[in-house]
Amino acid sequence: MEALSRLISDTKPIQTPDEAKKAAAAIGAGFAYGLAAIGPGIGIGYVVGKAIEAMARQPEAAGMVRTTMFLGIAFTEALALIGFVVFILLGL
Amino acid sequence: MNSPAALTTRLEGPAPEVEVSRDMIRRGLLVAPLLVAICGVIWGMRGVSSSAYGIGLVLINFALAAGSIAVTARISLGLMMGAILFGYLIRLGILFLAFFIVKDFGWVSRPALGTTMIVTHLGLLIWELKYVAASLAYPGLKPRPSRTH
Repeated sequence: MEALSRLISDTKPIQTPDEAKKAAAAIGAGFAYGLAAIGPGIGIGYVVGKAIEAMARQPEAAGMVRTTMFLGIAFTEALALIGFVVFILLGL
Repeated sequence: MNSPAALTTRLEGPAPEVEVSRDMIRRGLLVAPLLVAICGVIWGMRGVSSSAYGIGLVLINFALAAGSIAVTARISLGLMMGAILFGYLIRLGILFLAFFIVKDFGWVSRPALGTTMIVTHLGLLIWELKYVAASLAYPGLKPRPSRTH
């Protein structure tokens, strides 16, 4: 709490257009990272849920399902990675 | 009939995702010099160091994902699902931390780091998919590199 209150008290108001631009970039980067993580989170949950259902119904196909699931997760995660790269490029 | 023992609650045996990720890491290490060289041409020495760092992050990310699935699948399917979902968050956090630590260093080029991460991640996945698709379509055949045909 003390650290948080010190952080708030140390925050200076935006005075120049450059500072405003930097602040807007930081807010945009945060939103890009956060929003880009939501979609893949839902997607990975769906992929894994369906894969577990498939493995429970047909355990003999578990190897094939796990391989496909892993690649599906990695592809879905690429979306989050793109959001992360946007976050990197917009600046922190 | 429907005894609890008949239910699939955990997966024993070999872990295919570990093999897949091992293949991807091997291929990633093979193409790493080329990617580093390309980034070096475009962004200079900062591009070289940043692309090497980016490739390392992507390969570690794959290894962590496969490892967490392989370990938890042997314990329980529910734990595997939890490990994958929370693992996703944790790995995103690790990526953020890995970037946050080095972001102010002089050897970091942000465009090189970002581009390398996306190209390596997607490139390795598509490369692996070619072999996995072939082995799923023709389970009896083991796909081999074209030069050995």
